Amino acid sequence: MTAQTTSTVRPWVRDAAQVATDAAGLVGSAQISNTTLRRYLFGLPGVDEVGAKGRAAQLGTRSIKTTSKAWALDTIISMIDLTTLEGADTAGKVRSLVAKARTPEPGDATCPRPAAVCVYNDMVATAVEAAKGSGIHVAAVSTAFPSGRASLAVRLADTTDAVAAGADEIDMVIDRGAFLQGDYLKVYEDIVAVREVCQSRSARPAHLKVILETGELVTFDNVRRASWLSMLAGADFIKTSTGKVQPAATLPVTVVMLEAVRDFLAATGVQVGVKPAGGIRTSKDAIKFLVAVNEVAGVRWLDPDFFRFGASTLLNDVLLQRQKLASGVYSGPDYVTID
Amino acid sequence: MSERVDVRKTYKLYVGGAFPRSESGRTYEVTSSRGAFLANAALASRKDARDAVRAARSAQPGWASATAYNRGQVLYRVAELLEGRRAQFVADVTAGEGLSAARAEAAVSAAIDRWVWYAGWADKVAQVAGNANPVAGPYFNLSSPEPTGVVGIVAPQRSSLLGLVSVLAPVIVTGNTAVVISSQQRPLPAITLGEVLATSDVPGGVVNVLTGKTAEVAPILASHMDVNALDLAGAAESDGVTWGELEALAADTVKRVRRPEADTEPTWRTDQSIGQILAFTETKTVWHPKGM
Repeated sequence: MTAQTTSTVRPWVRDAAQVATDAAGLVGSAQISNTTLRRYLFGLPGVDEVGAKGRAAQLGTRSIKTTSKAWALDTIISMIDLTTLEGADTAGKVRSLVAKARTPEPGDATCPRPAAVCVYNDMVATAVEAAKGSGIHVAAVSTAFPSGRASLAVRLADTTDAVAAGADEIDMVIDRGAFLQGDYLKVYEDIVAVREVCQSRSARPAHLKVILETGELVTFDNVRRASWLSMLAGADFIKTSTGKVQPAATLPVTVVMLEAVRDFLAATGVQVGVKPAGGIRTSKDAIKFLVAVNEVAGVRWLDPDFFRFGASTLLNDVLLQRQKLASGVYSGPDYVTID
Repeated sequence: MSERVDVRKTYKLYVGGAFPRSESGRTYEVTSSRGAFLANAALASRKDARDAVRAARSAQPGWASATAYNRGQVLYRVAELLEGRRAQFVADVTAGEGLSAARAEAAVSAAIDRWVWYAGWADKVAQVAGNANPVAGPYFNLSSPEPTGVVGIVAPQRSSLLGLVSVLAPVIVTGNTAVVISSQQRPLPAITLGEVLATSDVPGGVVNVLTGKTAEVAPILASHMDVNALDLAGAAESDGVTWGELEALAADTVKRVRRPEADTEPTWRTDQSIGQILAFTETKTVWHPKGM
C-alpha cells in the first residue's frame, strides 16, 4: 500500500464544503452524479473473497496472552458502545445500562469505561441525563433504524430529534434498496443531509456513523463500494450492521472495511473510524478484531475515536476474563450484572 | 492367515454432548490392573475444565425445567442402554479393577440397578423432601427441593463404575448438571458411560466427563466461581490430592461440598440413599397469603 500521510484529519472537523471538495477530488469531477459515482465505485478494485476470508481466518489464529491480553481486554472495554435496542426498552433499563457503563466493575477503579451507550432515539434524553459528567458518549440510532424505509424528511426529523436531545453520536442506516438498485446518488445525498443535521449543532457536532448493513449487501465488492460511498459523503465512522440482520459483524467483512478506511486515509488524509456491531459476544472474538485492526488498518486505529464495538453482552464476557486474569480462577455469570 | 493388527483406541473427553480432544492435545496410557496397555485417554487440562463448566452451565436451566417425570424417563432409558452395553462394562471393570468375571458382573449389575433406583426418585423426591409447613399466620408455607446448579464430581478412584454411578446419578436426577473427573487409573467405564449418555436422551452438557490427572483438574473445579457444589468422593484416594485443600478452595465461593466419609474408599455396595440426592439440592420455601 502507499505510504500513509503523516498528519491525519479527524473527519468530523471538516465542514460540508471540505467534504464535497474531498469527494470531488477522488471522483475526479466537481459534479457528483449517479454516473460519476458509478464510474468511480466500479473503478475500485474488486475484493478477492477467498483471500479476504483466508486473511481474516489467519488473523484469528494469533494467540494473545498475559499482559497483552490484559491490555487488549481494557482496550476492548474502552471501545464498546454498550447497546440496548429493544422494543421493550424502558427509561429504567436505559438508566441501568448507563449505570453499568459508569461503573463496569464495582470494586475495581482501574477498569475503564465503555466509550458510549447506544440507544433508540426517544431514549437519548434519559441516557444523556444519566451519563452527565461521566465522559460517556450517548449514541442514537436514527433515520428510521433499522430498515431506513421512510422518507428523507422523516429520517431527517428523526435525526434532528436525537441531536436536539443531546446525542453525541448518530448511527444512521443507508438506504440499502437504493444502493442495490444502483441509485448511489440517493445514498450519497441522504448521508450528506444527515451529516448537515449532525453538524448543525456547531459547538459540538454529533459524530456520524453510517451503517452499511453488510448482511444485506450480499457481496464484498458491494461492501467496499458502500464503504467508499459513505466516506465520500462524509461519514465519520462506517459501521457494519444494525444487529437486526444476520449475518452481522463478521471478521472478513470488517477486514474489507478496515482496508477501505486505510486506503481512504492514504488518498485524502482523513481518518475514518470502523464499528463492527452485532454478534460479537466473547472476548476471544473481540481480540481477533483488535488483531485485524492493528494488522490491516494500523495502530492508529486502536483508539476509541476510530474503532468501536457495538455490543450488549460482550462487556460481561470481557469483565469475566478480567476477573480471571486478576484472581487466577475462572469466574462466572453470577459475578457480573445481568444485562 | 496373517495375525490381525491391534486397533489401539485413543478415547476423547465428553463435553457438551460432543467428544472433543483435550485442548492441550495430551493423552495418557491407561493400563489394566496387571499393567497391560488398554487404551489411550485424553489428559484434560485447565481449559477443558473451563469448557466443561460452561457446557454444564448452559445445559442446567433446560435440564432443571424438564418435568420430573420426563427426567425420570430419560434416566431410565439410560439404564436400558447400560444394560445393552453390559459386556463392554464388564470387560472394562474386569481389566481396570482386576476383579473376577463373576464379581465384575455383580458390580455392573449393581451399578445398573442403582441407576434405575435413582431414576425412580426423579418424580418422588419433592414429595418426600418437600413439605407444607405449619406456620403461625394466615399463610401457606411450602418448601420444595431445587437443584443446586453445576456440580463438580471427583469420581471414586477404585470403584470405576459402581462408585461413579453412585455419585453421578443422585446429582443429576434433581436437575443439576455435572462435570465429572473420572478415576485417574481406571477411566474406561466413565468413558463408556459418556458414550452411552451421548446416544441416550440426556441433553448434551448435563453430564461432562473429563479424564486425566485428578490433582491437576480438581483444584480448577474447586476454585471455579461458576461451579455451585463439589462432591469429593474420589479425592481421598487420589494421588497428590489433599481434599481439605480442595474444600478450602471451594470455600472461597461458598460452594456446597460433600466430603469423603473416610480416608479410604467405601465398597459402594450399600451407598444409595435419598440423602445422596438431597446433598445437592437447595430448599426453596414460598410464603403465600391465605384468604386475604
